[in-house]
Amino acid sequence: MKSAVIIFPGSNCDRDMDVALKKFGFKNQMIWHNDMEIPKSDLIVLPGGFSYGDYLRCGSIAGKSKIIKSVLEFANSGGLVLGICNGFQILTETGLLPGVLLQNKYQKFICKNVHVKINDKENKYFKNIKKEVLELHIAHNEGNYFCSDDELKSLINNNQIAITYCNENGKEADSYNPNGALSNIAGIFNKNKNILGMMPHPERVIDKSLSSDDGNFFFENLIENFK
Amino acid sequence: MNEVNEQIAIDHGLKKEEFNKICDLLKRTPNLTELGIFSAMWNEHCSYKSSRLHLKKLNTKGKKVIQGPGENAGVIDIEDDDAIVFKIESHNHPSFIEPYQGAATGVGGIMRDVFTMGARPIANLNSIHFGSPQHPKTKNLLRGVVKGIGGYGNCMGIPTVGGQTSFDDSYNGNILVNAMTLGLVNKNKIFYSKAAGVNKPVIYVGSKTGRDGIHGASMASAIFDDKIEEKKPTVQVGDPFTEKLLLEACLELMAGKSIISIQDMGAAGLTSSSIEMASKGNLGIELNLNKVPCREEKMTPYEIMLSESQERMLIVLENGKETEAKKIFDKWNLDFAVIGKTTNSKKIELFFDNNKVAEIPINILTENAPIYDRKWKKTKLPQKIKFNKDDFKKFKTAEVLKKILSLPNICSKEWIWQQYDHTVMGDTIQKPGSDSGVIRVHGTNKAVATSVDSSAVYCYAHPLTGGKQVVCESWRNLISCGSRPIAITNCLNFGNPEKEKNMGEFVECVEGINEASKFLDYPVVSGNVSFYNETKDKGIKPTPAIGGVGLIKDYKKMITMDLKKDNNLILVVGKTEGHLDQSIFAINILNEKKGPPPEVNLFNEKNNGETILKLMEEGLINSAHDVSLGGIITALSKMAIKGKKGFKLNKLKVLINKFDYYFGEDQGRYIIEIEGKNLSKVEKILKDNSVHYDDIGLVTKNEIIIDKEPILHIDDLIKSNMSWLKDYIDK
Repeated sequence: MKSAVIIFPGSNCDRDMDVALKKFGFKNQMIWHNDMEIPKSDLIVLPGGFSYGDYLRCGSIAGKSKIIKSVLEFANSGGLVLGICNGFQILTETGLLPGVLLQNKYQKFICKNVHVKINDKENKYFKNIKKEVLELHIAHNEGNYFCSDDELKSLINNNQIAITYCNENGKEADSYNPNGALSNIAGIFNKNKNILGMMPHPERVIDKSLSSDDGNFFFENLIENFK
Repeated sequence: MNEVNEQIAIDHGLKKEEFNKICDLLKRTPNLTELGIFSAMWNEHCSYKSSRLHLKKLNTKGKKVIQGPGENAGVIDIEDDDAIVFKIESHNHPSFIEPYQGAATGVGGIMRDVFTMGARPIANLNSIHFGSPQHPKTKNLLRGVVKGIGGYGNCMGIPTVGGQTSFDDSYNGNILVNAMTLGLVNKNKIFYSKAAGVNKPVIYVGSKTGRDGIHGASMASAIFDDKIEEKKPTVQVGDPFTEKLLLEACLELMAGKSIISIQDMGAAGLTSSSIEMASKGNLGIELNLNKVPCREEKMTPYEIMLSESQERMLIVLENGKETEAKKIFDKWNLDFAVIGKTTNSKKIELFFDNNKVAEIPINILTENAPIYDRKWKKTKLPQKIKFNKDDFKKFKTAEVLKKILSLPNICSKEWIWQQYDHTVMGDTIQKPGSDSGVIRVHGTNKAVATSVDSSAVYCYAHPLTGGKQVVCESWRNLISCGSRPIAITNCLNFGNPEKEKNMGEFVECVEGINEASKFLDYPVVSGNVSFYNETKDKGIKPTPAIGGVGLIKDYKKMITMDLKKDNNLILVVGKTEGHLDQSIFAINILNEKKGPPPEVNLFNEKNNGETILKLMEEGLINSAHDVSLGGIITALSKMAIKGKKGFKLNKLKVLINKFDYYFGEDQGRYIIEIEGKNLSKVEKILKDNSVHYDDIGLVTKNEIIIDKEPILHIDDLIKSNMSWLKDYIDK
């Protein structure tokens, strides 16, 4: 299974993602933002960080970078594109995913473990995953997902809401929503469910010594679904 | 033009005698650019003129020391060719004037010091001190500083794994912001600032030079008055995005063999970096200031030399490597300019518009810089307070405990560290809020533990004892998580050195630090001095901050402080005498601020620590925590809070007043949790090493049981501990 992680200037979770993908058996390559082409891959990952300093708006400049044209082509032809944190922000900026990520409701950066409920398993990312609730980790200042009423309706009708913030038992409530995201949304798909954007970082929770190892479920399952 | 006289020199922060000395050494009056250079090099911040005599005495050598003080940062050996580069530095003055930028650029500056040496930063820490919570400025300063630290470190993608926050009236007019960074480097690939060889190109890389920060270093050497707001323009503005690019570009260039020496432009910018490189290499340096990339128009040589614009580096390259190097900086979209060359003149020579605008022999700026043996006054050990124990009868232990857990200096600082990305890089295995932050050495079984400590209250009461104590506390924090302490970095924050009392506090704290550092074989490898933390004649309490680094050979053996299992035994290791003077209990509950700090017995400190490590190596310890502010019961409560467990305390077996025992702050103590079946093994090791211990109770599911007092639930303690800071900020 081949994966490619795009490095933008200011990306800072690129190495962590590389480590995680390789740990679970992906043959990963790192791709520089100024490259025009992406080598043949099964999965493209837009990692977390502060691409182009997040100037203007989070992810907006990355959304116009040279490499993005190839990402769009790949995504539009059905290729799997995963955007984590800043990667999710970039995906909304390119229009591959609807909505925007606003500043956290309490106006500050939040770094902590959160629980998320998997809402849909009819897709390559979560099909066959053995858990309903994962303990993942967030670290962001702009993770407050927002979209129009129509867009939200469409997300719901098409089962595009991938994961939602909840407690360890899968219960959703404002108190488990760390950033004020609409409908507790932590991650969404596009209509075809080949594109996934999510705020939590599965790559930071991949071993018992870290704050959780539920990222293992995510990556193990992901590579299994490719086989 | 460029008429310089005594008054102009004084306006630059120089003393009359210093100006005369400059004229004598130059055998002429300096021009304005030259005067600017002198003022930058001879101020306290860069020249260490008041502290140098005393810093020389510090214990800086050890088997694990690769590089001691004098470089951009210290370097220690952590085996297998791995080395840790680390340093702590103050950014106090700018942070008070402009908290966000001041704190942010403090973090940026210390990271540059570390990656200048070829190390990739792997952890940040900070020690921040604010005035009384009731002071009208405190809340905004706290918000701004925390945001600034997070804003810079988070964007760089370096985890902030630990720190310390305190509140005290003495910081009302002078907050302290000390930032520390650790980096990882192959010990055979360390880069130094010493230039070598003549006619080597001098390269400027990074951000463009602007007018920000001019005289920043001089400001750091001045006391504040009513007009401090006017100093805002001298605060530098940070851009972590550029620094991230600079980091990656520098490390990419360092992977090759083209760099002779490299130095970041920190305090006093281009002036101190160029002079430092030439001075260390015993060379001269020639710069064409027209070649310096500037972001503002019509900048003068004076401004270019004194700008403290951030995210800039100076590099001496091997001849012929310019194109190769430029390619890397082009890739990262950073400025790259050949601005001069090394010479054999042993002078700094500056050219602008084809004129020579400055010419100063380097040694005049460095070796001949003033050095003062300032007068200082010894602080007498205060008389011990005779507490009337009958007064204690009105207290309930549990109520006092709840109050202590909610005090600003004891309560949970989660509101702060949750704003710092502490997990990026994927190797943080012990996060903030613990004794130490612990990060794995990427791709190995090793981990590095690190903490930062200070005890201004003890240092103020008796600087010599306080100096010793803070080193010991650092040592204990590292041991508590199962690491072997290796070395320290210190940030010495003091008042006005021209006052005998303040100078005395400095001298005696340094002496205390030195004594403990020698005895514990815990050398000082880097550091920084910040004097003149004084506003309108009121100085801060002496606040030396000690950053420690230790090694865990197998990270799977790391110990954490959270209580683990019901019915496990709780032991206090180290002798409890019940020293209440200067304790949280005395100050905050009894309102008694006099008396000596707890005595430091270095022999016991070392023996107790070494014995704890032995117990850990044998796998006999389930959790451990050092005993510090608030005494045994506060330490134990923090372990309980972390583990969401309770504890039951036995009836005291010792003949000490209960409050003395539970709240006394005697040094050299740890609380450990062990399994009942291991008790005899643990006792044997403790007895064999002549270490005193008390078996004080056991772990419960969630109840806090103290004598016959009403039973508390752990949630009560959690609530007491977690609420204060959040409520304070939200109000």
